[in-house]
Amino acid sequence: MPTLKLREGALAPYKDAKPTEISLQSWRDGVRPEGGRFAIVVPNDTDIREIAPSLASFSVVILDFPKFRDGRAYSQARILRDQLGFKGEIRARGDVLRDQAFFMARAGFDAFELEESRIEGFTEALRTFSQVYQPAADDAVPAWRLRAARAVAA
Amino acid sequence: MYRYDEFDETIVRERVKEFRGQVERRLSGEITEDQFKPLRLMNGLYLQLHAYMLRVAIPYGTLSSRQMRQLAFIAREYDKGYGHMTTRQNIQYNWPALVDTPAILDALADVEMHAIQTSGNCIRNVTSDQYAGAAEDEVEDPRPWCEIIRQWSSFHPEFSFLPRKFKIAVTASEHDRAAVKVHDIGLRLYKNSEGRTGFEVLVGGGLGRTPYIGHVIRDFLPKEHLLSYLEAILRVYNLLGRRDNAYKARIKIQVNAEGIDAFRGMVEEEWARIKDSGVDLPREEIERIRRYFAPPPFEKLPRESTAFNDAAASDKGFARWARVNTVAHKQPGYAIVNISLKPPGKPPGDISDEQMEAAAHIAERYSFDELRVTHEQNICLPHVKKDDLYAVYQSLQAADLATANIGLASDIIACPGLDYCTLANARSIPIAERIAERFSAAGVEDDIGELKIKISGCINACGHHHVGHIGILGVDKKGEEFYQITLGGSGAEDASIGEIAGRGLSSDEVIDAVERLVDYYRANRQDGERFLDAYRRLGLDRFKEAIYADAQAA
Repeated sequence: MPTLKLREGALAPYKDAKPTEISLQSWRDGVRPEGGRFAIVVPNDTDIREIAPSLASFSVVILDFPKFRDGRAYSQARILRDQLGFKGEIRARGDVLRDQAFFMARAGFDAFELEESRIEGFTEALRTFSQVYQPAADDAVPAWRLRAARAVAA
Repeated sequence: MYRYDEFDETIVRERVKEFRGQVERRLSGEITEDQFKPLRLMNGLYLQLHAYMLRVAIPYGTLSSRQMRQLAFIAREYDKGYGHMTTRQNIQYNWPALVDTPAILDALADVEMHAIQTSGNCIRNVTSDQYAGAAEDEVEDPRPWCEIIRQWSSFHPEFSFLPRKFKIAVTASEHDRAAVKVHDIGLRLYKNSEGRTGFEVLVGGGLGRTPYIGHVIRDFLPKEHLLSYLEAILRVYNLLGRRDNAYKARIKIQVNAEGIDAFRGMVEEEWARIKDSGVDLPREEIERIRRYFAPPPFEKLPRESTAFNDAAASDKGFARWARVNTVAHKQPGYAIVNISLKPPGKPPGDISDEQMEAAAHIAERYSFDELRVTHEQNICLPHVKKDDLYAVYQSLQAADLATANIGLASDIIACPGLDYCTLANARSIPIAERIAERFSAAGVEDDIGELKIKISGCINACGHHHVGHIGILGVDKKGEEFYQITLGGSGAEDASIGEIAGRGLSSDEVIDAVERLVDYYRANRQDGERFLDAYRRLGLDRFKEAIYADAQAA
């Protein structure tokens, strides 16, 4: 499955060499692949804070959507970005549908595993809303902040 | 009332545009019904027994006349001329065509309304006290906080795929008219011993198959931290709530499995991490929203109205209606008027397009342009001058909206039941109609006094039978409809879950049984004692005997 990378609101196929994947279980077992940094695959029923001490070893965290209805990885992504300060790639794997694109991007995902035929719809879905109500892990400015800025300007 | 600015308007319009695209993809066959299902559910569109059903949010129950007229227009243009008020301050249309639904959402957006998050496993329409801003006993108007929650929860990027649906209710009164103790999160604004106003936060209440009364997770939450605290609760639920079984996926199951203390520990730990991270609104935004809910320009009036007293003395029907359907207002010379949508012989909560128009007109003329819908499936006019009550009564009568039964035996909550719903085991509406007819025809309702009868057509409990003083639950027994009675429930500040009274009864038997329960109560009550209080004093066994006395003899 191709990985699409989100850059400045647009999706593009992965250009860089893909980092070596390692499962959380292997990492726990002490497996350490050679060289560079890794992509760690974290199941959605584990406490994401477990990998906090080793975050510097990973350039990618892959989070799972076993079914689109199973939204645990949204919270994992937000904790990674907001609380653990992870700046690397957070990639969505599994049941990744266009109708979740907007939410995923806001929760901190910036890469998605999906078939290339679905890029167009997925990109469109990323632009569903031009305004948002709440701060999240992306850089969208919530409405209340824009209202305040407008009130100051007036 | 809150008014949309360009940010709110943009978000609602963009949502309609997205849904129009989804409907087009469905109609062209690009996506299957299976693929369409989660998308339509995010927009309040259900597939029912006979047709699609569209559920429209009436946030915290507040409507302007213009909005009510638009709901009437939609009923007339796209449905069969009526709508159905639900127990969560929504209106449901039972017969829209799929192809029309984007146009309906556009018509709603024209009056600052929507169907966002009225279904799906997300944070649903936030509900509140229908007397907000008018109640004598409230510490402040709870609606600004409801609007703050509405905005925060709309398209929340983290909480749109929760384990299960999530319902929040807010009250600011001692007397709980919003059923906050049977919500996933219940919020009660009150003044603490230091004179500060804040929230008591309850979590894990709910009805359905496994009813629970909510636990207090925080005695006092400073108001300005509302959103960060909600976010902490929702995060703990989203990460750790069960997802293996839809019937065990509500937060009440998690809270009761963990125990409230352990659950509180996790929430407080998360809250400590995020409370100063910018989730909470700044004071200016809270004030901006609060200004929309400033009291209307009330006149300074004497407490008593001569016009009212004269009319009540000469028109007994009016006097009775005023006694039963109006409530004291915090402003002298004003009253809160309830409009019952429970006329005997009609489905509870249904309202025709003409009645919506009439109610809108009356609200515009006599209630500062405001209406409310209630969780008991009625509507109300929050701010009516006592001097105008007689005129209001006469206008309501002309529209068939002057049924005087608020809080009485025939003011029944019932789910749509087997007449509409794919989940139901039994019909609810005909049972409600027959009970209402029996009591109102006998003219004994006033003597019975406050009695909450609630009917659900299946174990999912949409008719809130668990919290009925008398609850009735439809069950299927070898293809036949049977009804089980529960007793002693309450959804108010004295919340409790009703106790099952015994084996199921046929539809004929259950009507008689309810009558016998009421007869027993009338024969054994003490002075001024409500049915519920008499039940709590006398206990299940004695009421149970009353139910089965005749059935056993027969």
